[in-house]
Amino acid sequence: MFGKPSRTSRTLQYLALAGYLIFLGFPLVWLVSTAFKPPRELVRLHPTLIPSDPTVQNFVQAFTEQELGRAALNSLQVSLASAVLTVLVAMPASYALARFRSKLGTAALGWVLLSQLFPFVLLIIPIFLVLRQVGLANTHAGLVLIYVVWALPFALWMLQGFVRNIPRELEEAASVDGASRVQVLRRVVFPLLAPGLVATALFSFISAWNEFFFALVLIKTPELATLPVALARFVGIEGTARLGPLAAGSLLATLPSLIFFAFMQRRLSSGSLAGAVKG
Amino acid sequence: MTTLAERPDVERAGPARRPSRFRSDRTAIYLLLLPSLLPILVLSVFPLLRGIYLGFTDARAGRNVEVSFTGLANYRELLGDELFWNSFKIGLLWAVGVTVLQFLLALGLALLLNQQLRFRGVARVLAVVPWAMPPVVVGILWKLVYHPDAGLLNEFFHRIGADGLRTNWLGDFSTALPAVILVGVWAGMPQTTVVLLAGLQGVGRELHEAAAVDGASTWHRFRHVTLPALAPVIVAITSLDFIWNFNSFGLVYVLTAGGPGGKTMLPMLFAYEEAFRYGNYGYAAALGNVMVVLIIALLAVYLRRRLREAN
Repeated sequence: MFGKPSRTSRTLQYLALAGYLIFLGFPLVWLVSTAFKPPRELVRLHPTLIPSDPTVQNFVQAFTEQELGRAALNSLQVSLASAVLTVLVAMPASYALARFRSKLGTAALGWVLLSQLFPFVLLIIPIFLVLRQVGLANTHAGLVLIYVVWALPFALWMLQGFVRNIPRELEEAASVDGASRVQVLRRVVFPLLAPGLVATALFSFISAWNEFFFALVLIKTPELATLPVALARFVGIEGTARLGPLAAGSLLATLPSLIFFAFMQRRLSSGSLAGAVKG
Repeated sequence: MTTLAERPDVERAGPARRPSRFRSDRTAIYLLLLPSLLPILVLSVFPLLRGIYLGFTDARAGRNVEVSFTGLANYRELLGDELFWNSFKIGLLWAVGVTVLQFLLALGLALLLNQQLRFRGVARVLAVVPWAMPPVVVGILWKLVYHPDAGLLNEFFHRIGADGLRTNWLGDFSTALPAVILVGVWAGMPQTTVVLLAGLQGVGRELHEAAAVDGASTWHRFRHVTLPALAPVIVAITSLDFIWNFNSFGLVYVLTAGGPGGKTMLPMLFAYEEAFRYGNYGYAAALGNVMVVLIIALLAVYLRRRLREAN
């Protein structure tokens, strides 16, 4: 592996890599290509990989005729609210988890792992009943609540890693210099925690943006549907010519998470997230 | 935040300043944790316990339906429910198939990405993109690939002159489940690859070089140096993958919604239909309970075997 590999093994390695690139890449290329194809090219008997007459008409149509625009707006509202709320709620708790030893903290993190085991079907019925009791079923507020609760465990875990990365000595030095507790938090901890807060907010935003099951079950009014649910409904409408707007909408729905991953990858490589990863 | 301000740090504060330091610390910690713990208790712990309980009742949809405890009646019914057993078999095939293929392909890719190859950067980016996609979009994407008329796959078979292989991949009884499993592999491979790659980068270079000097072949080094060092990561990620795959819903819901003829009716889809199409809350919850017990049992067998191998 580290000596000079023979020519045959190198060739085999490149062949394998090419296989992976085709498997991973071609479906993506197909989605992009379909999104830019005009209707008459979509119904053609033998479709081509590259659209011969590319158009942005599908994007326009997806957002005007198919109500994906409203769904995208709904998704944006719900995801933004989830992101802000998650950060606000997780911030004090993650500070406590990182700076003080507490059995409660261990229990909370244990719950994170345990909750992975349970299928959503088991939770959704009681959650639905609870939300209905307080009048939040079929509302965006109810959905936001659920998203915050489900993003919280991971957000806590991630954020307390960021807090741990801030040297305690910095806080001590500031208070030796006469800074009050509030000042220490505001002037020392908060600025250093900013990247962590951004990462947590983005994580919460994306999990809400991508979520499908809870949105499908909890939101009954079509006007309130989020983007994944609207897209899934759109799939039900058959007809080959409809594939264009569907692909266009799907492409746009992917953009936020792509941006998130690009952001996170840079963070990962710069090491600022190392603490969060190691826990 | 004000409580935090009034309270000295656990380790540093002079005892003279706060006589009841211990208790006020406690209170402060609880106050800081409360905004997080309360919602988790109300909307995660409580629903879970309630959900488990519902599995032992005859709860049904509707506002003023009386719910009574029925003990094991739901489970007796499940035992005799052919549709359930069918769905369970499909779920097992799906979860095991996806997890194993995902792992093997991800391991191969991770090993390649760990080498000094050209195009490694492209592959790294491509390997992460499916992870970034919402499950619904992954479903739509592959519906386009599998589309009988406008799909990439059928067109590929046409171009290479294998028109006989063209078929309605998601609509055919024999191809639907394999087709759906392939999508599951595609969607879950990136995460597994990234984790395995991180694990590989932690394997000591010295050990490899020493083994190479001793004349160990590439395969030998992989088998006796890389694999043992990677074992804990492998066990962790395959276990998690298995749980996630077993509980997955959105992907197959979009691709086939359980069809054709129930050939891809994963247990979660089955439970969803029971609960929200037929309103059998109690029965669906019982199904969820059975699934949790089965997942735990399967994981216990798997983990025990791995542990024994490690010793």
